[in-house]
Amino acid sequence: MSDRSDDVKAMLARIPYARFLGVSVELAGDEMTAILPFGQHIIGNPVLPAIHGGVLGAFMEITALAQLRVSEGPARQPRVIDVSVEYLRSGRPLTTYARAEIKKVGRRIANVHVEAWQDQRAAPIAALRGHFLVQPTEG
Amino acid sequence: MSDADHLEFLRNMAQGMNQGSPHAQALKLETVSVDQDGAVLKVPYDEKLIGDPETGVIAGGVVTTLLDHACGQAVHAGLQAFKTIATLDLRIDYMRPAEPGKDIYARAFCYKATRSVAFVRAVAYDESPDDPVAAAQAAFMLDSSKGRGFGANLKPRKDGQ
Repeated sequence: MSDRSDDVKAMLARIPYARFLGVSVELAGDEMTAILPFGQHIIGNPVLPAIHGGVLGAFMEITALAQLRVSEGPARQPRVIDVSVEYLRSGRPLTTYARAEIKKVGRRIANVHVEAWQDQRAAPIAALRGHFLVQPTEG
Repeated sequence: MSDADHLEFLRNMAQGMNQGSPHAQALKLETVSVDQDGAVLKVPYDEKLIGDPETGVIAGGVVTTLLDHACGQAVHAGLQAFKTIATLDLRIDYMRPAEPGKDIYARAFCYKATRSVAFVRAVAYDESPDDPVAAAQAAFMLDSSKGRGFGANLKPRKDGQ
């Protein structure tokens, strides 16, 4: 197991909210897949049932932070500036996967796109675009 | 429906959305108020929801869920009759970290609903809505579960559906 993989897994293990959701990551080289196992506690709509939209947004946000850690190395945890989440299909009671693509990292800001899917990679259930402050200044 | 009946319907619906949703229960989401002017929801501070272990600040994802949930209740408050809803998109600006140890509130208002889409704005704050932690803008699809009854998501997905 690579240092990079150990480092990002240790980062997630330190975040209580990532543990609460049950998020984990797998690395194949520098390609990272984040995994959100299904659990009763992430259901938003009990009728369908469907995963809470907020959880899918949160999962993709964590995926973006983890990918920044993998690509940029250890640093102070980036701060989220803004995210835009698109919901394409309802989240079924299945394992959800996500991959992030860093579109640009500048001196202070990173732009990251994330896509989440379940049983079909070609049928994404949600997407996120976000800006992250990679070098938070004081105050 | 009289105004008083409608208010009672909204309160019951909000309570149902909080108590009937396992994730809302897991976060202990609570509706502080709901009426024609929108909805105010609260998520109590909880160490298991921390996103930055160095500062103890609640995870951005929790604020995302709080805002999504509050926006959904604001949509119901803005409609004359109950319709199933689903979030189409949600844009969130994070203005500052929430104060560690403080509960977070979200106030949401549906400013326009057409036959098929509702548009909502919301702010999240710990002390005052004038000093927000985050702001959101969302669109919801109305009648989203039409023809999809109880347990619809337990059936296999048709290709491209």
